[in-house]
Amino acid sequence: MPTVSMAVNGKDVSGEVEGRTLLVEFIRKNLRLTGTHVGCDTSQCGACVVHVNGRSVKSCTMLAVEAEGATVTTLEGLVKDGKMHPMQEAFRDQHGLQCGFCTPGMVMSTIDLLRVNPDPSEAEIRDWLEGNICRCTGYHNIVKAVQQVASGDAA
Amino acid sequence: MNDMLVGKPLKRKEDQRLLTGKGRYVDDIRRPGETYAVFVRSPIAHGIIKSIDKEAALAAPGVLGVFTGKDIQRDEWGSIPCGWVVTDRQGEPHKAVPHYALTPDRARYVGDHLAVVVAETYEQARDGAELVEIEFEELEPVVTLAMAMEGEQIHDLAPQNLCYDWELGSRAEIDAIFETAHHVTSLDLVNNRLVPNAMEPRAAIAEYDSGLDSYTLWSTSQNPHMLRWMLSGSVTGIPETKIRVIAPDVGGGFGMKIYCYPEETTCLWLSKVIDRPVRWTGDRSESFLADTHARDHLTTVDLAMDKDGTFLGMKIDTTANMGAYLSNYATSIPTYFYATLFAGCYKTPVIYSNVRAVFTNTSPVDAYRGAGRPEAAYLIERVVDVAAREMGMDPIDIRRRNFIKPEDFPYQTPVILTYDIGDYDASLDEALRMIDYDGFPARREEAKARGKLRGIGLACYIEACGVAPSQLIGKMGAGAGLWESGQIRFNATGTAFVLTGTHGHGQGHETTFGQIVADMFGIPIEDVELIHGDTSQVPMGMGTYGSRSLAVGGSAIVRAGEKVIEKGRKIAAHMLEASVIDIEFEQGLFSVTGTNKSVTIKEVAERAYVPLDYPEGLEPGLDETAFYDPGNFTYPAGTHICEVEIDPRTGVLEIVDWVAVDDFGTVINPMIVEGQIHGGLAQGIGQAIMENGVYDPESGQLITGSFMDYCMPRADDLPSFRVGYTCTPCTHNPLGAKGAGEAGCIAAPPTLINAIVNALDIRHIDMPATGEKLWRIARDKIAAQ
Repeated sequence: MPTVSMAVNGKDVSGEVEGRTLLVEFIRKNLRLTGTHVGCDTSQCGACVVHVNGRSVKSCTMLAVEAEGATVTTLEGLVKDGKMHPMQEAFRDQHGLQCGFCTPGMVMSTIDLLRVNPDPSEAEIRDWLEGNICRCTGYHNIVKAVQQVASGDAA
Repeated sequence: MNDMLVGKPLKRKEDQRLLTGKGRYVDDIRRPGETYAVFVRSPIAHGIIKSIDKEAALAAPGVLGVFTGKDIQRDEWGSIPCGWVVTDRQGEPHKAVPHYALTPDRARYVGDHLAVVVAETYEQARDGAELVEIEFEELEPVVTLAMAMEGEQIHDLAPQNLCYDWELGSRAEIDAIFETAHHVTSLDLVNNRLVPNAMEPRAAIAEYDSGLDSYTLWSTSQNPHMLRWMLSGSVTGIPETKIRVIAPDVGGGFGMKIYCYPEETTCLWLSKVIDRPVRWTGDRSESFLADTHARDHLTTVDLAMDKDGTFLGMKIDTTANMGAYLSNYATSIPTYFYATLFAGCYKTPVIYSNVRAVFTNTSPVDAYRGAGRPEAAYLIERVVDVAAREMGMDPIDIRRRNFIKPEDFPYQTPVILTYDIGDYDASLDEALRMIDYDGFPARREEAKARGKLRGIGLACYIEACGVAPSQLIGKMGAGAGLWESGQIRFNATGTAFVLTGTHGHGQGHETTFGQIVADMFGIPIEDVELIHGDTSQVPMGMGTYGSRSLAVGGSAIVRAGEKVIEKGRKIAAHMLEASVIDIEFEQGLFSVTGTNKSVTIKEVAERAYVPLDYPEGLEPGLDETAFYDPGNFTYPAGTHICEVEIDPRTGVLEIVDWVAVDDFGTVINPMIVEGQIHGGLAQGIGQAIMENGVYDPESGQLITGSFMDYCMPRADDLPSFRVGYTCTPCTHNPLGAKGAGEAGCIAAPPTLINAIVNALDIRHIDMPATGEKLWRIARDKIAAQ
């Protein structure tokens, strides 16, 4: 089996994988980082979004071997010195999560939205979230969470 | 002294772990020596199993075993039960067709469970499952509701594929009313099939301990105790003392995770056979195929009125889909959670319903958010709207004319239920104010100038929540009571565990119940820890569904708290050298009436566990349990109004405003309640304009079997919502709470369809009112002009 190496949440990791192993499986099974979720099998739901080299990627759309040498950040990696990322804080402030299953992808995806568009309109936020499905919140409070971070206001 | 927390939008206790990847869902759990199960599912909708060839799979790398329904039957495991007996028009019980974990004889829907492969790794199990060869004698599938009773018989027990033919009310009485009516509005309705699609797919891990001869089952369950009860009492014969069910963090349920399913049942069996832990995690394709589906009715409703638009009687004829087998509560949904709501908010004096439930070669159908009540609200609020149109009345006026008024409560409906309290005019007034109803004609004109068709629609819904008063549902055929347990266990240092038989899977129970208990005892919410979802820790409970957790589970916790206070008064009396009748309790302080002598709950808790100087008869400990059985359902109600704009050139629909005014009684955490409304609205809007579970009528293949084919609402399909409240506290539970989980998806479909028909100036459109349908209607109207 091929060996793959990458930096995940600031740590160099490597592991043996099958050629068909997806990045999300490597993250969940090999690294035991279970904050990244699998909600579908057609790359539609976005629960598995992580950052690969700084950009949001559905980790079910990449083979683990394709991430060789990459820098990967998962939801767990956003916490610095015990402090949550402002987007994580905003999701809590605005009640942007209920069951929490889509949440990893929502947080990782919306952080990337603000990287490319620091001041999005409501329509732009909703458009960006096309690739992330939530069944609990109706998206209303997720949109508010992104607006909170974009505006720089705490709740 | 604490600030009171009830009524405040406290941030949720559960969010820290869920936001940092530290949640613990079933698929996150690993057990030493675990193995993987993958199911071999039927590729055809209907056929007799002629042979199952395991050889190639057994020879594949890593495969530990291949098993079929006949293997499980050798251990005499029984059928997965349906726990609600519906009695038909002839007084006969519904056809209780068998439902085995692995079907031993016949495939009855695409996705039916034929065999299971267990292997060292998931990949090996999946590869092995591909190698299982099954020969069928194919039978004609029964797919559409309309043809179900004429099709090939699916179960030996059920001629004409009829599960029951049930009625409520008197046909002779309703016929007499219709003969004298000034006008009858008649409407044919489709209530489209939905796939619940909680974001976390179902999963299970079963582990057998041969030393203790006992099982542990981790399951994505909304009600672990009922799952244990069914597995023990109906399916396996294993004592409840030997089965522990754990439902950890669960990623949404919406009713679909209430039930005992074939997969977890099979895993339980396998765990002893393999004698290693066996895990199964469904993928989304399996969710589509084999999770319970929902709704799926064909209905004709007739509403009789006098010349002023006063309702005289309503007649409902429904064919409801049960799917291929009976899920645990399937029979009750299109009967006692549907026809008992047909009064709606109105004083319709006579109501007659006839429901035929039929089997088809499709996934089993059972409760999904709202469960019968969205179907009821949809038909009432649609037929009332069409009646207003036909009578030349304003849709507001016809509703007000027929509303049950505040002075009419308690109100005995003609359909079993007695509403305790409500104020429907108040919700309607507030919603009209919020949306600026009078300004609508100007907004419509302005939209017209932009080439858009603007419409407005409303629905005044009611639902029965706080499921459920045991005696009443017993008369309806329920096989279990729907009380709830609550336990408050103070520790010696003054912190408290709260144990509940309900289960939170997104509703924020840790926070809401924490607020109640913190207020009750004047302790910080950080000192209150909720324990739920583990049958070995929590007293017997009935789980979470039917907007019951707060109204029933919360009430049980309050009752347990009252017992703790009573016990605490005895301890305080001893500590303060006073008599018990002189001890008052308020804000965490036990004090002697008329003095400044007091002890805190923390001091009492410590002394409860350090009874070194206790007098005779005073019992140590501060840990009390209560069981609460509600005296009635609760009746949340409200008015939703929305405005839409349709582009007639493209059929694109935009929801431009949505006002939700709900009466949930007492609200503990308004932030959480608003979140429940938003989420319910998204699901209801999904049903109205997007979602549709479609099987190919010829082959019975599920056409909408993925997120690429089944249209889930996404962020850019939905608006932001405006939420308002009115409040008439529930009269019969200690919190005054009614429940808020299902309102959005009950109110949304009629609200939105009423707005769409208003925009297009048409009589009716069936759900889902997709862009294509809207475009065709708009095109035809333009062509006709």
